[in-house]
Amino acid sequence: FTTRQSLRSDNKVMVHFVNRDGEKISVKGSPGDSLLDIVINEDLDFDGFGACEGTLACSTCHLIFEEETYKNLGPVTDEEMDMLDLAYGLTDTSRLGCQICLTKSMEGMVARVPESVEDIRQSQDGSS
Amino acid sequence: TGRGKACSTKVCIVGSGPAGFYTAQHLIKARPDVEVDIYERLPVPFGLVRFGVAPDHPEVKNVINTFTQTAKHSRCSFFGNVNVGKDVSVAELQEAYHAVVLSYGAEGNRSMGVPGEDLAGVYAAKDFVGWYNGLPSCRELSPDLSCETAVILGQGNVALDVARVLLSPIDFLKNTDISQPALEALAGSQVRRVLVVGRRGPTQVACTIKEFREMVKLPNTRPEMMAADFEGVTEAVKDLPRPRKRLTELMLKTALETPGEKEQERRDEASHIWGFRFFRSPVEILADPENSRTAGIRLAVNRLEGSGEGARAVLTGEVEDVTCGLVISSIGYKSLPIDPSVPFDSRKAIVPNNMGRIQQAAGLYCSGWLKTGPTGVIATTMNNSFDTARSVVEDMDSGTLDASSAKPGSQSISALLEKRGVMPVTFSDWEKIDSVETRRGEASGKPREKLLTVEEMLQEARK
Ligand SMILES: Cc1cc2nc3c(=O)[nH]c(=O)nc-3n(C[C@H](O)[C@H](O)[C@H](O)COP(=O)(O)OP(=O)(O)OC[C@H]3O[C@@H](n4cnc5c(N)ncnc54)[C@H](O)[C@@H]3O)c2cc1C
Ligand code: FES
Repeated sequence: FTTRQSLRSDNKVMVHFVNRDGEKISVKGSPGDSLLDIVINEDLDFDGFGACEGTLACSTCHLIFEEETYKNLGPVTDEEMDMLDLAYGLTDTSRLGCQICLTKSMEGMVARVPESVEDIRQSQDGSS
Repeated sequence: TGRGKACSTKVCIVGSGPAGFYTAQHLIKARPDVEVDIYERLPVPFGLVRFGVAPDHPEVKNVINTFTQTAKHSRCSFFGNVNVGKDVSVAELQEAYHAVVLSYGAEGNRSMGVPGEDLAGVYAAKDFVGWYNGLPSCRELSPDLSCETAVILGQGNVALDVARVLLSPIDFLKNTDISQPALEALAGSQVRRVLVVGRRGPTQVACTIKEFREMVKLPNTRPEMMAADFEGVTEAVKDLPRPRKRLTELMLKTALETPGEKEQERRDEASHIWGFRFFRSPVEILADPENSRTAGIRLAVNRLEGSGEGARAVLTGEVEDVTCGLVISSIGYKSLPIDPSVPFDSRKAIVPNNMGRIQQAAGLYCSGWLKTGPTGVIATTMNNSFDTARSVVEDMDSGTLDASSAKPGSQSISALLEKRGVMPVTFSDWEKIDSVETRRGEASGKPREKLLTVEEMLQEARK
């Protein structure tokens, strides 16, 4: 476990991801890293995450936040909103992970990877 | 053991677009015993990522990096230049593999079914897109761009891709992977005005906001909308779900708001025009009596019955003629049956399936546009392909899919193909084509210069 923490871990920011199975994964990133960078650097296994490699062209890096956290994430551009509009399970506290850069004030935040289509279909509608 | 080929589960995937690659990716990851072979009709992989996605959207094509990783996985093989349904049948594949996943996309085209559709100057968007993206079968399209006004029928993202390519300053295109003949033709294009026509109203358009915003921002162009088309829309906006709401608000702003000073200046200086026309259906393409080329289009005026996504366009009996020399119909792609042994729903133009399991055909699955119909972006295709892969894995786990007996996989298919004189292109062969294309592109400041014929591709592959 300790191998994940660098020597200057005091500068790092802890982020808790919740994957599609509801499992919590806690990792650290450096200020300035995007949440997509962290997912890649830490080799987190979220199927299909970050398909366009952070170029705001896919919406697969969709993450959902708690309301308080969301307010602290900084402004959203029209272009990010445009891509978010294509994301599955869009919520009022959704953002694209490739557009959020870590700051010290995000320490300990929780980012949830949304359910995929099939999960949504199954949980909403068992009939058809 | 890692090399225990005999006890591996062999899966065959037909088509190497996003659906094929995402299905393969998930299968390889989910089951360490699965080996995946991807068969592709063309010598080159990636389907519509190469031949559909607009050249000025290079970011979208980043998915190719992940596909390449999958293709290079030790349990994945690529066989290009194999036309399933012709070079090898689906039954033969089923014989050789434990499971066959069809993900060959939607290569057909919905036609308008109106008189004059065959006139010179009328093109299917699918072919027009194929032409500027270097699809071998569309190489000879050479569309005539000598007219001033072009009409595009359909208001989806493909329609907007075509409109954008027609109106983009040539400097925006010259450093993309657009085909050289298309670049030259567009440099000499006389098209100044592009009308994007839809059957229904502003709250029913099929495009997404990203593509619409790109039109709004396209340099040297100004919008030309009809205020009357937006009657009642302002009032309806507040009840719309967020994506539709934001798109409608942007349309309203573009159509009705007085622009600020800077935007006004930009519009005044623009020499090119784009506009949406709503509540119009094509009735007939009008010919120039002198040369029987396209001279205009007759549109029927519709009114809407009902509201929202389900609203229906009903003819009013009124018609309207628009002068134009180019008509591009962008009313949808459609899947085609490739093998009579596979069930096919010709009304919906998909393979009937349940979570990717093809009905009444054990061991046969589908994913991508063939499964869902031709809608949605790559992320949509990704999700539905993962779903199909999950179904395959479930069936393996439950034993519904019998993988107990050994299957020969590509070994027997390769032998069949050889007998039939078909020489597959491997992924490392494709990498030779890729490096030739990249090298040729470098010379002209493009990410690649695509090879435009199958012969040339095969020649480079076999060097
Ligand atoms: C013009 C256009 C622009 C688009 N732009 C975007 C965009 O900017 N962003 C975005 O997210 N999405 C975009 N899309 C959507 C995206 O391309 C699709 O979601 C996706 O490609 C569908 O994947 P698929 O694998 O089902 O089909 P395809 O990509 O069509 O792949 C099918 C593959 O099967 C092969 N094949 C066909 N028949 C056979 C056969 N008999 N034997 C063997 N192989 C066969 C084909 O050659 C092809 O390689 C665009 C689509 C179009 C049409
Ligand atoms: S990675 Fe594609 S939008 Fe963030």
